Amino acid sequence: MADRERIQEAVYRAVDELNKQLPKGVAVNKSPDAVLYGKTGKLESIDVVTLIMEVEDQIKAEFGTAITIADDRAMSRENSPFLTVGSLTDYVAELLN
Amino acid sequence: MSQQVVLITGARKGIGRALVEHYLALGHSVVGCSRKQSDLVNDRYTHYCLDVADEAVVQEMFSQIAAKSGRLDVLINNAGIASMNHVLLMSTAKAREIMETNFIGTFMMCREAARLMKKNRFGRIVNLASVATPLKLEGEAVYAASKAAVISFTQVAAKELASFGITVNAIGPTPTDTDLIRSVPQEKLDQLINLQAIKRAGTFGDVTNLIDFLIRPESEFITGQVIFLGGV
Repeated sequence: MADRERIQEAVYRAVDELNKQLPKGVAVNKSPDAVLYGKTGKLESIDVVTLIMEVEDQIKAEFGTAITIADDRAMSRENSPFLTVGSLTDYVAELLN
Repeated sequence: MSQQVVLITGARKGIGRALVEHYLALGHSVVGCSRKQSDLVNDRYTHYCLDVADEAVVQEMFSQIAAKSGRLDVLINNAGIASMNHVLLMSTAKAREIMETNFIGTFMMCREAARLMKKNRFGRIVNLASVATPLKLEGEAVYAASKAAVISFTQVAAKELASFGITVNAIGPTPTDTDLIRSVPQEKLDQLINLQAIKRAGTFGDVTNLIDFLIRPESEFITGQVIFLGGV
C-alpha cells in the first residue's frame, strides 16, 4: 500500500509547481481543505488541468507508477475528486492502492 | 534561431530523415524515432527504436528527453503508414494499424510533448496530414480518414494548448518520392499531381521550407492551421 504521507507530499509538490505558474495573488494552500474548483474555488479550469498533470508527474517520480487521474470514473462521481486538495489526495491514494 | 531540441517521428527514412538532416545542419539537437534503427551518426542526434503507438515506450522516451535535455521545443509528427486498398477488401487489422500509427501515435506524441513544452511556455508542433484527405483519393479511404483525424485533432489541440505558448499546425505534403508511395502506380501519381495547382512532385525542400516557417519563434500567432502544398 502506498504510504499516505508520501502521496500527500507528492500532491503538495504539485501544488508548489502550480503556484509558480499562477498569477500574482492567486495561490493554493498546502492543506487538505484548500478548495480547488467549484463555486468558492480560485482556479480557472486550465489551472486544474495543470495541477492534475503535475500530480501525475509527481506520483510517477515518487512511486514509478503512471496514473491517469482525469478519466470517466473521476468525472462521473457524485463528489468530484477535484474539489479540494484533500479529495484529490484521497482519489490518488485510491488509484495507487 | 538559437539551438533547439527537435523531435521527429518516423526519422529513419523519407521525409523524416530529410528533416533530421536539415535540423542537424541548422545546428539543432535532434531526437528521432522509428521502428527500426537509424544509421545516422551525429553527436547531436539521438535515435529511439519504437512504435509511436506504444504508450509505455513513448513515455519512456519522453522521460529520457526530459532527463537529458530538460526541454523540447519542436515536435514534428511525421511517422505514418499507408496501405492502398479498396474499402471492400481492406482488413480490419490493417485499418486499425493505420489509425494507431497515424492518429493515436500523433495524439500521444502531442500529449507527451506538450507536457514537456508547457514548462518553458514555448512549443511548436507540426503534424503531417496529407492531400489524400481533401482530394478524397479512391483506394486511400482509411489512410485519408486517419489524416482527417489528424487535422481535426490539430485544430482542437491548437485551442487547448494556445495558452501555454504552444502552437499546433498541420501540413499536407503532395506525393513525394518516399517508400510511402512506392507501391502507387505512376499513372495514379500523375493523375494526382494533375489535381494540384502546381503540377509537379513534391520535394523534401518543399516540406522543410514550410516547417521552418511554422516553427520560427516569430510564428507564435499561427496555430490550428492546415497548409497543403502544391495548391491543393
